[in-house]
Amino acid sequence: MVKEIERAGLPVVHICTVTPISMTVGANRIVPAVAIPHPLGNPALSAEEEKVMRRRIVEKALEALTTEVDGQTIFDWQ
Amino acid sequence: MAKIKVAHYINQFFAQIGGEEKANYPAELRVGEIVGPGMALAQNLGDEAEIVGTIVCGDSYFNENLETATAEILDMVKELNPDVFVAGPAFNAGRYGVACGTIAAAVQDQLGIPAVTAMYDENPGAEMFKDKVYIVATKNSAAGMRAAMKKLAPLALKVARGEKLGASCEEGYIPNGTRVNFFEKERGSKRAVKMLLDKLAGKKFATEYPMPDFDRVDPCPPLKDLTHAKIALVTSGGIVPKGNPDHIESSSASHYGEYDITGVDDLTEEFYETAHGGYDPTYANEDADCVLPVDVMRDLEREGVIGELHHLFYSVTGNGTAVASARAFAAEFAQKLVADGVQAVILTST
Repeated sequence: MVKEIERAGLPVVHICTVTPISMTVGANRIVPAVAIPHPLGNPALSAEEEKVMRRRIVEKALEALTTEVDGQTIFDWQ
Repeated sequence: MAKIKVAHYINQFFAQIGGEEKANYPAELRVGEIVGPGMALAQNLGDEAEIVGTIVCGDSYFNENLETATAEILDMVKELNPDVFVAGPAFNAGRYGVACGTIAAAVQDQLGIPAVTAMYDENPGAEMFKDKVYIVATKNSAAGMRAAMKKLAPLALKVARGEKLGASCEEGYIPNGTRVNFFEKERGSKRAVKMLLDKLAGKKFATEYPMPDFDRVDPCPPLKDLTHAKIALVTSGGIVPKGNPDHIESSSASHYGEYDITGVDDLTEEFYETAHGGYDPTYANEDADCVLPVDVMRDLEREGVIGELHHLFYSVTGNGTAVASARAFAAEFAQKLVADGVQAVILTST
């Protein structure tokens, strides 16, 4: 899906836990996620802390979208 | 016991009628004749089977008159009334491969006679028909005739007898997408270690799970101005309004969802859940923002960090969904995103 979106001319960032799959599939901008069942959440944290963390991930994704890349790039937020 | 009757289909070239200049040669039935590669086929079939006739047809004639030619050839096959129909091998000849696949599939479907063919795996006929008829994988030129016939003839006999076929790697046909369960002699851990040792030693090893071929797309230029950008959320994590109104399948999705989040600041347990059957849904059902971060995107929108969160999000259940389906879904909604003036996409996966 990332490739079809990019093919349509839209920069796209893939937030996913298993980054090697994202690499294999061909995403160009990749942000690692927390865990498969809660990529942008963490039940171990309080609701407030969790939202702060989610914002960090989304901000990293936005940074990826505004960054020039010339190949597959992982943007780490941790 | 009566011999198995085999009907053989070849093109004008292998019938030694001519090359391109004779490609318009119409379909012709030669009852009782073995022609060209039919000799090698007969040899490999052995005493159990006999070729009762050969159908010859020009590749252009077939491809330009698809319906008529198919009907004509089906009539000829009916006349021969074989136990099995063999087409080719077509190697890497595109039109010949398409003809072999088309006619073999038609014989099987319309006459109920088992059919097999053979061609190079990059022949367009292979991609078109590998899930419809058994196609033996060949080399890309007629130099591979002997090897091809060695696999094609036994396969023809097996399907004629209605025998159960083994896996594609055992029988030599191009994988047709059918998975068959079986018990391995050695357990998985042992096989994995053996594979690793072979790999480390630089020896040949065969993966038990080949990855599909993925193509590449060059990255798009980055967004220049985030504060005026319209950004959309897409997920393969199956987030849907509560109750899954579009009945998106929990696995092998046949369609995607498009949902309006106008005025929605937070994906709550009351109104949203996941339809995905491939991960523990506890967290996503409790707070779908942990898969699709609508709450944070709304904050960023309000604060002016981003221009706008697109009012529609797109959702697919990614598990077991065919690459071809996912490609088709995304190709479709990407056009909608572009039409709606979206400038970038955040896609989340579970």
